[in-house]
Amino acid sequence: MGRRVFFEAARTLVAIGAAFVLALIIIYSVSDDPGFALYHFVVAPLRTTRYIGNILEMAIPLIFTGLAMSMMFTAKQFNLGAEGGFFIGAVAATAVAISFDMPPVVLPFFAILAGGLAGGLGSTVPAVLKAKLNASELVSSLMLNFILFWFGIFLINNYFRDEMAGAMASHRLNPDARLIRILPGTRLHFGIIIAILFVVLVYLFLFRTRWGYALRMTGQNIKFAEYSGINTTAVIIYSQIIGGFLAGIGGAVELLGMYSRFTWFQSPGYGWDGVIVAIMARNNPLLIPVFAVFLGYLRIGADVMARFSDVPSEVVAIIQGIMIMLVTAERLLSGWRHRVVVKEQMKLEQLKNGGVNHG
Amino acid sequence: MEVSLEIMEEILSMKGITKVYPNGVMANKNVDFSVRKGEIHAIMGENGAGKSTLMKILFGMEQPEEGEIIFKGEKINISSPSAAINYGIGMVHQHFMLVPSLTVAENLVIGIEPKKNNVFFDYDQAIKMTEEVSKKYNLSINPKAVVDTLAVGKKQKIEILKALVRGAEILILDEPTAVLTPQETKELFEELINLKNQGFTIIFISHKLKEVKQITDRLTILRNGRSMGVHETKDTSEQEISNLMVGRDVLLKVDKGEAKVGKPVLKTEKLTYYSDEDKPVVNKVDLEIKKGQILGIAGVEGNGQGELVDLLTGMKTPYSGSIWINEKDTTNHSVKAVRNLKVSHIPEDRMIYGVSGDGSIEENIISDRFDKKKYNTGVLMNVKKLTELAKSLIEDYNIRCASEKQQVRMLSGGNIQKVVVAREFSSEPELIIANQPTRGVDVGSTEFIRKQLVKLRDEGTAVLLVSADLNEVMELSDSLMVMYEGEIVAYFEDATEVTEMELGMYMLGLKRMSVEELGGVMSG
Repeated sequence: MGRRVFFEAARTLVAIGAAFVLALIIIYSVSDDPGFALYHFVVAPLRTTRYIGNILEMAIPLIFTGLAMSMMFTAKQFNLGAEGGFFIGAVAATAVAISFDMPPVVLPFFAILAGGLAGGLGSTVPAVLKAKLNASELVSSLMLNFILFWFGIFLINNYFRDEMAGAMASHRLNPDARLIRILPGTRLHFGIIIAILFVVLVYLFLFRTRWGYALRMTGQNIKFAEYSGINTTAVIIYSQIIGGFLAGIGGAVELLGMYSRFTWFQSPGYGWDGVIVAIMARNNPLLIPVFAVFLGYLRIGADVMARFSDVPSEVVAIIQGIMIMLVTAERLLSGWRHRVVVKEQMKLEQLKNGGVNHG
Repeated sequence: MEVSLEIMEEILSMKGITKVYPNGVMANKNVDFSVRKGEIHAIMGENGAGKSTLMKILFGMEQPEEGEIIFKGEKINISSPSAAINYGIGMVHQHFMLVPSLTVAENLVIGIEPKKNNVFFDYDQAIKMTEEVSKKYNLSINPKAVVDTLAVGKKQKIEILKALVRGAEILILDEPTAVLTPQETKELFEELINLKNQGFTIIFISHKLKEVKQITDRLTILRNGRSMGVHETKDTSEQEISNLMVGRDVLLKVDKGEAKVGKPVLKTEKLTYYSDEDKPVVNKVDLEIKKGQILGIAGVEGNGQGELVDLLTGMKTPYSGSIWINEKDTTNHSVKAVRNLKVSHIPEDRMIYGVSGDGSIEENIISDRFDKKKYNTGVLMNVKKLTELAKSLIEDYNIRCASEKQQVRMLSGGNIQKVVVAREFSSEPELIIANQPTRGVDVGSTEFIRKQLVKLRDEGTAVLLVSADLNEVMELSDSLMVMYEGEIVAYFEDATEVTEMELGMYMLGLKRMSVEELGGVMSG
């Protein structure tokens, strides 16, 4: 157990390290002043409260979509619907925040709940199709992302659009619905607390409740789960609904924390980032915030670098891609691992033999 | 190592072989092994003793960490199975590697196909080749038969011929009799002796003492990855071999008192299940098991036993006919509903159904009861209680492991089976359905599992035992049935009154009881 965790951690670190080396090479080849660019990429984001605030606020939606994906991946359901769930969650929160008048704490609560329900409702479609008709959730969830996106746009355009606003945007959200800022000088909002709360909840759900146990066993070996009497059809459905619910909450929190109107006419892509975060965290809910912050740091670093130096931020997208490929490469370091294991066993063997007399 | 004074040609030797698997298991520790030309040499040992690993190294499927292989006086490096074949080493695996839809001749020449004009496959030539080798080595087989239609014994013959056609001088047979009926085993042994007389060297992996005594010249025993020396078979008794294999005296007989039979626990009527190919794989099966009784089902594998178990446990639905458990109609009920009636199930394939290899021992041991009130407080599971349960079962069932958090995949086969058994036997079952409970399990664990089964039966549990191991069903069962092509073809109220050979006749479909005979005994 310990050894496994060690090698997984080592593999992740090596992957990140290798990607950084590659980043160095790219930066050195495209930049006239690579030292300057590198400084803004790596060091600058950590030097001001504002940038640190930026990193953390970027991490909030990543935590939610990361949790959503890890919930579904743990059950071995390759539902990629977090993108659509996130978007429709934000739309639902907008609807509630515009339409209702409630006291400050109550309104955001209901707006976020509405976001979660919308996301959960959305992912019910691929979940039920998988459970009842054995339709691939991968395909149906990808298709569903389009449906949810255009359905959201339709709702905003036809029911919540502010004709007075110059660009396409919804009416102003009820100020009581917005999440409070918690770090002066930054836009970091209360959503970070909600995110951490959900990290703990998801962890407890997966590792401390019978439904979480059933979900994990179904993911590990569905035939074993069926043989044990676990209702795997139910797991297939509820794992995806909860995943959609988490993504929807993420969308709602992001909207209420960062915006005064709904202005997305392009899906923000946090659902895909959630896949990256979940893979890097190996679906461990407790590691999700770590890698969400790390990805946020990379993004902000890229932004800062692009703003101050001559290296475009697209370089960072390439680096991310490389990192994911390396992290998911199961065989990476397997040779090293094998040698360590062999050495360990040989030593154990010698110890054992040392105590025994050979005839 | 013993030094033999006889000067016989040592055709192959392996020296100081050490192999460590990526999961840290040291399967071979400084193992020496050698065979002489023209002998039948057994490799014996419990499961996990390292027999298969040693042979996989010899056949180029695994690379050792240390050690060398010397073939005909020369040090060689066997990097792959094809390299092994080039050296004249052939292997017959336990699971045949044949293309079922092709004919015998086609299978035989795969990879070395004779060609017409160097381009087109020459089927007539392939048939001729097959006829030639089959005559030469006295292994009769019809070259034009489609493999799928052949019995297991014939398929094995093709595998042996495949190795011979490719020029094998040394044949490795991995537990060749595990899948055979007594008659087929007899035939195989005659053929092997015939091959030996023609100068072939045969390495025979087995843990069946009787067979090894019967057919081999020498034997090498492995225990816990180490060689326990080479022995002349005729000078070594079964008891000695068994002592060397497990390092203590193993009861070869099961101590079992008279059955104290009570009311019926399981009853089925005209149980029928059709396969995807629309064949009745379970055909009108009537059976009854009473409290405190072990009913054995013998049969060559693939005659519907597996499906029968799946129906009884709710793993396969829907089916026709009916099942009653403790007088409750459970026809087409789910696994959960069946388990709730205190039915335990030891599945045939432990790695696929019995455990989640990625899960910990604890996670695996609680899978049938994690949702019971006893182990939950509100929405949360009582983790402390579950851990305690796992710890005490590990102790009671003597599961050798680092801790209850250890991944099940890291355990040896016997210990994995003990995890399954610990879970299934500790739930106070009224009916146990045990499908191959000791398959691929070492002698020590086998003995333990059998004893536990008998103990539960003595305490009043009804047991359905399905096993391909004839000795096991005959030793353990109070009553015995034989399944052939989905049907019950024989029933013996008293399992002790039937001989192995007689069972074999029923298993192969050479004999069957009339409906009256079956009905007569069953209602009696």
